[in-house]
Amino acid sequence: MELLVASAIGIMTTGGIYLLLRLRTFPVILGISLLTYAVNVFLFASGRLTTGAPPVLRDDITAYADPLPQALVLTAIVISFGMTAVVVMIGLGAFLGSNDDHVDDQPDLPEDPAEGQS
Amino acid sequence: MSHWIIAPVILPALLAPFIVLAARYHIGIQRVFSIAGVLALIAMAAGLAWEASDGTIILYQLGDWAAPFGIVLVGDRLSTLMVLLTTLLALFVLLYAIGSGWDERGRHFHALFQFQLMGIIGAFLTGDLFNLFVFFEVLLIASYGLMIHAGGNARLRAGVQYVLFNLIGSTLFLFALGSIYAETGTLNMADLANRVTLISPDETVGIRVAAVLLLLVFAIKAAVVPLHFWLPSSYAEAPAPVAALFAIMTKVGAYAIIRVYTMVFPPDLAITSGLHDVWLLPAALISLAIGMVGVLAAKRLDRLVAFSVIGSMGMVMVAISLFTPDGIAAALYYMVHSTLAAATLFLISDLVRTGRSNLELTPQPAMAGTALTAGLFFAGAIAMAGLPPLSGFLGKLLVLEAAFNSDLMVWVWAIVLSSSLISILGFARAGSILFWKAHSVEPATDTPVMPQPAILSYVAVGGLISLLAAHAVFAGQVHGYTTTMAAQLFAPEPYITTVIETPGKLSEPTGDY
Repeated sequence: MELLVASAIGIMTTGGIYLLLRLRTFPVILGISLLTYAVNVFLFASGRLTTGAPPVLRDDITAYADPLPQALVLTAIVISFGMTAVVVMIGLGAFLGSNDDHVDDQPDLPEDPAEGQS
Repeated sequence: MSHWIIAPVILPALLAPFIVLAARYHIGIQRVFSIAGVLALIAMAAGLAWEASDGTIILYQLGDWAAPFGIVLVGDRLSTLMVLLTTLLALFVLLYAIGSGWDERGRHFHALFQFQLMGIIGAFLTGDLFNLFVFFEVLLIASYGLMIHAGGNARLRAGVQYVLFNLIGSTLFLFALGSIYAETGTLNMADLANRVTLISPDETVGIRVAAVLLLLVFAIKAAVVPLHFWLPSSYAEAPAPVAALFAIMTKVGAYAIIRVYTMVFPPDLAITSGLHDVWLLPAALISLAIGMVGVLAAKRLDRLVAFSVIGSMGMVMVAISLFTPDGIAAALYYMVHSTLAAATLFLISDLVRTGRSNLELTPQPAMAGTALTAGLFFAGAIAMAGLPPLSGFLGKLLVLEAAFNSDLMVWVWAIVLSSSLISILGFARAGSILFWKAHSVEPATDTPVMPQPAILSYVAVGGLISLLAAHAVFAGQVHGYTTTMAAQLFAPEPYITTVIETPGKLSEPTGDY
């Protein structure tokens, strides 16, 4: 199971970073989503991987799953979901306004040359 | 246990939805509530700062659960001072937003402003790393809304970059928190400080990675080169009052670095040795240099101010990364100065925009209200470039003095002094193009008459400049206070014992869980 979880995190992070470097809004947002999935699984695994163990104290049980990462993951999921929704809306607005979905500034635009990168 | 410390978080959290729900179509009512809220926040922040000024650690356990299981809010000298600075800045920014009418150019300015304050104040007061992440997200999501306030293509494009960069930063933050939790099993800062010292020297790989990741996250927030790329576009395109409020946001990153790397990973800790003197100090020096060169190279006034923010953050980080009590005391003095000076300059750039409709640094006919604006720009530029008599000069002296015993003393002195010269040239060039050359340009006959900026706008900028002047006049007292603050930071035992040993609900197990 360790191999499965570790490679899942690794593959999602790789894919996420590759997509981040595409510099167009849609792939970048997909990349960020993949990265947040990876980090959610990572947070989940930070309390050690256990199978079939209860997270709440009960009598006659000695092995427990760590309940705290589950709470952390829940918070992280909600936040990343909301943030992704916000960036989709702002990205759509920027695309519809300028008919261009590049994340970086284009040199031919009248504004100043690029500082911002994703 | 006094409840006052949570009031500065609760008040904006309640005020913001109230403004959205009850007063969304009445800008007058929104303004009244927003100003009243900020005034109340100033009173609370002043009270807290007074209470903490004798060295008391103010502790608040949410739900009465004891640390490290419950979340705690902690107020010491540093955090209460930062809260006070935030609320004072917010008052003048709000006055400017009302005076210039920026708050009417889009919806929900005041509600987002209150949420932004809630996030910033919460980030300063929390004693728990995951809670710090949550407050970072609160302040970020409010800042996304404020950043694209009043819309427009250029602003939306800059907004996309800003949001994406910060989302990546948040993801990194979560990776750092995950590794810290996996290595130590806690996220409470005081508890972490105890547990990190217990890690055996052979098993420090994980915690080293976590320490570096965490530093990266805070460096993104503090816009340390090479993680500064988000700042120039987004600060330049953001509405001026919002950019002025954002001046405190880079300081949240600097605050987090001071807090975590004096308490959890103190400079004498073996596992993080080399992090601040080998990596952070050179990066800070490069930020300072790049920021001030950017000031000289900028083609627009708003970009010039944005680069001066990077430069002054570089200066703050130089002083911080010395990690000596003198260095931190100088950094804190300069941090207050840099926040006020950056906010002043952003507001002045909006005065210029009001008077001449653009910010290009090219000779154009004299703007409306040119005399007063020029005078304020002069004062703001003196402050930011670090010339006497304003506090930037004293701050730089303190930084130079603190760096005197450092190994990199030659580099620090050389870069601080030469970048000061470059920034003086940059500001002098911008000022002479904007205000002096204007008199040699004949106005075209069909030029529309631009409106004078409102009186209230000038009052807000003047208020910030008078705060800067007070910061310079009372420099002895302020520096004395930041010295005691640094002493408190370098002796964190009272903080740690207060947080860990204060009993809460169910501290004594009763037998039936």
